[in-house]
Amino acid sequence: MAGSRSGMDRSGTGITRLAPGVARLILPPALLFIAFLAAWHLYAAGIHVMGKEILKSQPPYLIPQPIAVGQAALSNLGTLVSATLLTASGSLAGFALSLVLGTLIAFLFSQSVLIQRAAYPYAIFLQTVPIVAIAPLIILWVGHGFAGIAVTAFIVSLFPIVTNGTAGLTSLDRNAVELFEVNNASRWQLLWRLRLPNSVPHLITGAKTASGLSVIGGIVGEFFAGYGSDRFGLGYYIFQTSAQLKTADLFAAIISSTMLGWIAFGIVSLIGNRITARWRAG
Amino acid sequence: MSERSQPKHTGSERTCLDARNLSFTFPGGVQALRDVTLRVRAREFVSIVGPSGCGKSTWLRLVAGLLPGGQGALTVDGLDPLSARRRGNELAFVFQSPTLLPWRNVEENIRLPLELRGGSAARDGRARVDELLSLVGLEDFRRAHSHELSGGMQMRVSLARALVTRPRLLLLDEPFAALDDITRQRLNEELLLLWRRDGLTALFVTHNVGEAVFLGERVLIMSRRPGTIRHEIEVPFDHPRSPALRGEPEFARLTGEIGRLLREEFR
Repeated sequence: MAGSRSGMDRSGTGITRLAPGVARLILPPALLFIAFLAAWHLYAAGIHVMGKEILKSQPPYLIPQPIAVGQAALSNLGTLVSATLLTASGSLAGFALSLVLGTLIAFLFSQSVLIQRAAYPYAIFLQTVPIVAIAPLIILWVGHGFAGIAVTAFIVSLFPIVTNGTAGLTSLDRNAVELFEVNNASRWQLLWRLRLPNSVPHLITGAKTASGLSVIGGIVGEFFAGYGSDRFGLGYYIFQTSAQLKTADLFAAIISSTMLGWIAFGIVSLIGNRITARWRAG
Repeated sequence: MSERSQPKHTGSERTCLDARNLSFTFPGGVQALRDVTLRVRAREFVSIVGPSGCGKSTWLRLVAGLLPGGQGALTVDGLDPLSARRRGNELAFVFQSPTLLPWRNVEENIRLPLELRGGSAARDGRARVDELLSLVGLEDFRRAHSHELSGGMQMRVSLARALVTRPRLLLLDEPFAALDDITRQRLNEELLLLWRRDGLTALFVTHNVGEAVFLGERVLIMSRRPGTIRHEIEVPFDHPRSPALRGEPEFARLTGEIGRLLREEFR
């Protein structure tokens, strides 16, 4: 023990020991991002060599320069943050609803093949119907504001939870089922001690997919439904800035939405990995 | 045989398992077993060898009451298998794969059968789980999860889980087939100790002739599908059997003989 400790000391402090791992994780995408920013900047600003124009610069309403996008984001930071938070809350509500109801539907499917056969085509319908096409309908039925947006987010994120959850509840190891039978387990015991735990990694996979989708659903909902007065989410902000050709602000909004999706996915992945860390099937 | 002579078998005269002309056909029409007739005494250790797909696993599952149907007569402790199991005439099954639940640690996996019984079995189970952990030498791994264990250790957990309810009938379906030879031999020796210690009746299906002879008091050789018992070989070695037995000429002669008979079934 003492030997290994002194060995660790030789390799430096905690942060420098951590650094190689972080560097491996962060550095490649960061470098790619910088390269992308540079290419974007060159394309938007044009290339001039000794007074001669090699690449024509782009008008800012078509392709704003990265710096202009940064400036737009900073000058409207308050609006951008409040819009992002509002979108986040609607998406989160939809995601939470799909997690709860999706698990319940998966449970129903797992209990009866008949129910599953009858309802599965409609679950696929959720997946294939263009959300942009039905979002206005949903808003019409559920109403403007938070509820309509949450329901749109809910509908797009439901399918992966239902399919993955059903798979997790029904794809059981045959020997594990026999183990329970040999011990005269009841239907309930089989459910609580085998089916449900077995479905958890599958549900987490579904939740990861659903988390990103719920943000998309929330933004699509906001295209069609405002919150009234002067509160709005990213979807409305995107709609507005694009209509007014405020392209730099539009870019800032798009980047915010993407980051929101990332964060949602990241948080769900972190929580999911913590839960399943103990039982990586191996 | 006089009263005082050493009995050849450790098995008593009480019948644990009785099969008469037992046949089994799967719903799909494949006949797995044909006319199996066998009586197993309580506390006996019976090894079963046979070609792949000869119905050995089906046979164990019929005894465990896991497969419905079957023609002919089959009783476990005088009852049909399902009733015997439902009445709590304790039987345990050891599968070819360890079948540990990955979300439970070693201790929790061993405790599972007690939890499923509920009541006092679950409440007083702690001491029994500790006893089994030390019996299979896994005290230091009680909180480990299956992916942290070697194949041999996983199989020890599986054995401990089977024994935790103090079963009287132990059904083993090629439990050591995936292990390396040395680990397999060790586990064979441990299994024999446990069998003698707890007075179990054991039905052991295997592909390994040496294992069948080392463990069994009888070795049954089954035919190809539909499986039936083709030969029955008495194994004359006394207990306790030491690892050195595997080097004895008589052991080699017996495994050679059984291997020859088994090869005929593969033709």
